[in-house]
Amino acid sequence: MEQFAPVKRSEDGQPVRYLIVDDSVFARKNLARMVESFGGQVAGEAGDGITAISEYDRVTPDIVLMDITMPQMEGIEAAEKIVREHPNARIVMVSSVGYQENIVAALQRGARHFVQKPVKPEVLYEVIKYVMRDDGAAARSAGAGA
Amino acid sequence: MRMELIQPFINSADAVLAQGLQGPTSVENLSMEEEAYRRKGVAAEICLTGEIEGRIIFDLDPQTAVKVASCMAGAELPQSDDLVRETVCELANQIIGNAVTTLNDQGFHFRVHPPHMHTSDHGAKSSEDTEALVMCFNTASGTVFMNVALRYHPSGVAQHAVAG
Repeated sequence: MEQFAPVKRSEDGQPVRYLIVDDSVFARKNLARMVESFGGQVAGEAGDGITAISEYDRVTPDIVLMDITMPQMEGIEAAEKIVREHPNARIVMVSSVGYQENIVAALQRGARHFVQKPVKPEVLYEVIKYVMRDDGAAARSAGAGA
Repeated sequence: MRMELIQPFINSADAVLAQGLQGPTSVENLSMEEEAYRRKGVAAEICLTGEIEGRIIFDLDPQTAVKVASCMAGAELPQSDDLVRETVCELANQIIGNAVTTLNDQGFHFRVHPPHMHTSDHGAKSSEDTEALVMCFNTASGTVFMNVALRYHPSGVAQHAVAG
């Protein structure tokens, strides 16, 4: 996988911590590989919206990567509930269905960004940097990609 | 079958397979299915209801499924691994999700049901109003079969797509 300059938290220089939410084990593993290539850490995983909410409270991640269609509670509803309790939560929706209605619904309920599957690492990397822009800093490193 | 309904699935499958398998793909053997569907290996089925009704099956022989899943997972997987079936389902989900995005933007409204494994050896024979079109995508990992049986149903209740 392409090498990326690590994205770190500006306040303490520590790796960005992610909560990955998707009902597909494959999708979670795939996203985990990507965020690790960005220098991040997987703080938690969840396979549905309800677990995502409890995992958010438990691990307080810097960023949530949230699928939309999941059993028990869908991602947009889970995002809304998390943001209601944690207004500074950074949630990026990750879904294969990228039509405007879906994107607008997610953004209106508190998501910061939307990435369409299949996820391209370079696209996700730029989104992560954008979402972390106020408190993240991409370390400059020779030969880094993206 | 209306080609405008099929083309987004072909384009999406071509793009998603090329990206996921990091290599070129080619479409071959576009044909109407005369007989009832017969499963070739690891198959994921996705159903559509609403203005567009029917089902799409992605079918990979067992060796191809392992190669595809291993390539997408970035590690060699054994044939028995649940992740092989999981990957085929997610692949189908991504292909359908992208096609749904295109069709929704064109004004078609329908519901996409979550993918599930097609475990029976046979499927329903296509009917006069829902013909099945079979496409073969050649990839470096082997052939991926896409079996599409859809019909346009303008009075169908428009609902939101739900692919993940």
